[in-house]
Amino acid sequence: MEKTLYTVIVFSENRPGLLNQVSIIFSRRQLNIESLTVSASSIEGVHKFTITVNADEEEIDKVVKQIEKRIDVLKAYYYTDDEVIYQEVALYKVDTDSILESDEIEQLVRKYNARFLEITRTFSVIEMTGHTDEIKELYYALDKFGVKQYARSGRIAITKSTSELLSKFLSDREEEAKG
Amino acid sequence: MSQSQISGSQALMRAFVAEGVETIFGYPGGAIMPVYDALYDFHDKMRHILVRHEQGAVHAAQGYSRVTGKTGVVIVTSGPAATNVITGVADAMIDSTPMVVVCGQVVASLLATDAFQETDVVGITQPITKWSYQIRSAAEIPWAVARAFYIAREGRPGPVVLDLTKNAQIELMNFHYEPCTFIRSFIPTPPIDEQAVSDAAALINQAKKPFALVGQGVILGNAENELLAMLEKAQIPAAWTLLGLSAMPTDHPLNKGMLGMHGNYACNIKTNECDVLIAIGMRFDDRVTSKLATYAKQAKVIHFDIDIAEINKNVKADVAVLGNSKETIAAVTKQLQPARHDEWIASFDSYAKIEHDEVIKEEVDPSTPDIKMGEVIRKVSEVTGHKAICVTDVGQNQMMGARYFQFSQTRSMVTSGGLGTMGFGLPAAIGAKIGAPHRTVCLFCGDGGIQMTIQELGTILQENIGVKIIVLNNHFLGMVRQWQEMFFDERYSFTNMKNPDFVALAKAYGIHGKSVSTHEELDQAIAEMVSNDDAYLLEVQIEPKGMVLPMVPAGADITDVRLK
Ligand SMILES: Cc1ncc(C[n+]2csc(CCOP(=O)(O)OP(=O)(O)O)c2C)c(N)n1
Ligand SMILES: [Mg+2]
Repeated sequence: MEKTLYTVIVFSENRPGLLNQVSIIFSRRQLNIESLTVSASSIEGVHKFTITVNADEEEIDKVVKQIEKRIDVLKAYYYTDDEVIYQEVALYKVDTDSILESDEIEQLVRKYNARFLEITRTFSVIEMTGHTDEIKELYYALDKFGVKQYARSGRIAITKSTSELLSKFLSDREEEAKG
Repeated sequence: MSQSQISGSQALMRAFVAEGVETIFGYPGGAIMPVYDALYDFHDKMRHILVRHEQGAVHAAQGYSRVTGKTGVVIVTSGPAATNVITGVADAMIDSTPMVVVCGQVVASLLATDAFQETDVVGITQPITKWSYQIRSAAEIPWAVARAFYIAREGRPGPVVLDLTKNAQIELMNFHYEPCTFIRSFIPTPPIDEQAVSDAAALINQAKKPFALVGQGVILGNAENELLAMLEKAQIPAAWTLLGLSAMPTDHPLNKGMLGMHGNYACNIKTNECDVLIAIGMRFDDRVTSKLATYAKQAKVIHFDIDIAEINKNVKADVAVLGNSKETIAAVTKQLQPARHDEWIASFDSYAKIEHDEVIKEEVDPSTPDIKMGEVIRKVSEVTGHKAICVTDVGQNQMMGARYFQFSQTRSMVTSGGLGTMGFGLPAAIGAKIGAPHRTVCLFCGDGGIQMTIQELGTILQENIGVKIIVLNNHFLGMVRQWQEMFFDERYSFTNMKNPDFVALAKAYGIHGKSVSTHEELDQAIAEMVSNDDAYLLEVQIEPKGMVLPMVPAGADITDVRLK
């Protein structure tokens, strides 16, 4: 079946061990996590996992149900790329000399809307935010001058939908708790 | 203030009492000693069963839970004791058995130092529990225990492990207990969707050839009466999964028998002939469906379940009715029109007759001197008026137990379905007898399986537990031997067993017993066995080359039923 890159967003209580519980659901099905970002969400006490994974829809639907079944998981959703606004950040370390030798690096930085984060006598760090492909493109372009180090984050994402599903879930649950 | 403080261990005991715990299965050791010390003062409130191996404690708790519907409770120490419970925890997970297992753990300050008898219990048990939690301070105990019981019991039941550090057992705390009734992140029972209910009812109302598949969800939801009301109102023939067994009486005219690999001929054939398949609290296990690509493709599928993750997992549902089976079945039944499907129901008979003539007749009433498993099981069932609890181990004995024991009462079948755990039987029978002391509990087990947990004869001795142990001794790992005969060119690789004298062994534990090898001896011994309520071990010499038939080979079409 055809594989699509899905963005899985999981909201959970802030308890230790959840990352393991979520990740083994993927590994049991031989699904390779492409990227994973975990942090506090905008709601106090709620953690947010953003996971990208190549899968077919049937598979991802089952995975998300299994994730949601974990007791401390509040909600889990999956999205295709057209349903979310998403971004990654990358850092590139290059020799400062290679920036001084020509203006090509500066041109690249302008073209890709990147920026210099740090310039020292010996090395400089360029930062770029964008999608995976653009970030890789810039890497190959810069690597002609020698990229000393390259680091990329996982994806973070925000949904395009107008209703905020998690807030609604939490307020519904609050009502139910009251009885 | 300090006078009203109690230790974490005492808090655990009080929490158990608050949760209505009456029986604890366990085994002590270093990292759980403060709890055992507290238990000393609670022995008039809760009965503790000292098993002989921690695996026995979990299986006993499972047996107890399966016959009572209550949550089984286990306490063990850390390290090797905790790893000894793993098999039972995994078994309870896959068979949806509510259980709370408390494992001792090293003091919190020693965690992650490879301290004596430290294992990463939470790490090991996370994938095989509904919830697994490490308690590091006494103050957390009431909260964690309340949550544990709530989670184990509510929704689709399952096991919870609490990993209790030794310091938490000793520390003093102010005890205040509130049962858990709500967890924000956990919706145990999905709300009933009226649309799904009426869609399901409409499908059933239009059906010409409806067929119901009854799983354990009916028993777990206490929905046996609702089930019968539905089946009777719309005249729907039904078949059961291994764990759905005893949800409806064997002799009910709409009860057509067992599904799956060793199920009844008619039930498997009719699965691929029905027009509406009504699956209730079952999960389309591969032993039930066999090859999915050809399974019930002609039918509209209605799937009743409490667990949304089961919907479309193996078989796509046209209508999913989510919720507690007691409520959902009743809601759908309300919208059903009384119907008759006489011809459809009668169409099961010809297959049943073929199976009876070619398999069952000889199995329950053999024409040769050799004793057959089916014969033993049917006789025991008859002698106990079909009112006994049937516990099985795993293998041929299990399939034969399921096929030939007969039931008049729910919660009467205790067997390891999803995990197929050899060694489950003996401890599970002990737990079942403790849970249902006034009922006869008959264990059918193989010569192989009983030796996996045979040490629990010691528990029977110590606690005086009147289980009837029937060892179906074919001197083989019979089920494996059967596969070798059918699929491996009769190459009997390491399946022949040289066995101990089981009756002498039982005697060493103070248990009466007899070994029989003729039909007449069998009848007499069964009569002797049930003449009182004591434990009894009946070893029956079974023909070594018996086969469980019919059989659908693994992965074949469900209609590919082999009768020979
Ligand atoms: C713990 C465990 N180990 C191995 C198996 C594989 N297995 C399934 S049935 C069986 C044979 C059981 O032999 P016995 O207990 O004598 O029962 P019989 O089939 O002869 O009735 C085996 C080895 C299992 N199910 N569980
Ligand atoms: Mg055997």
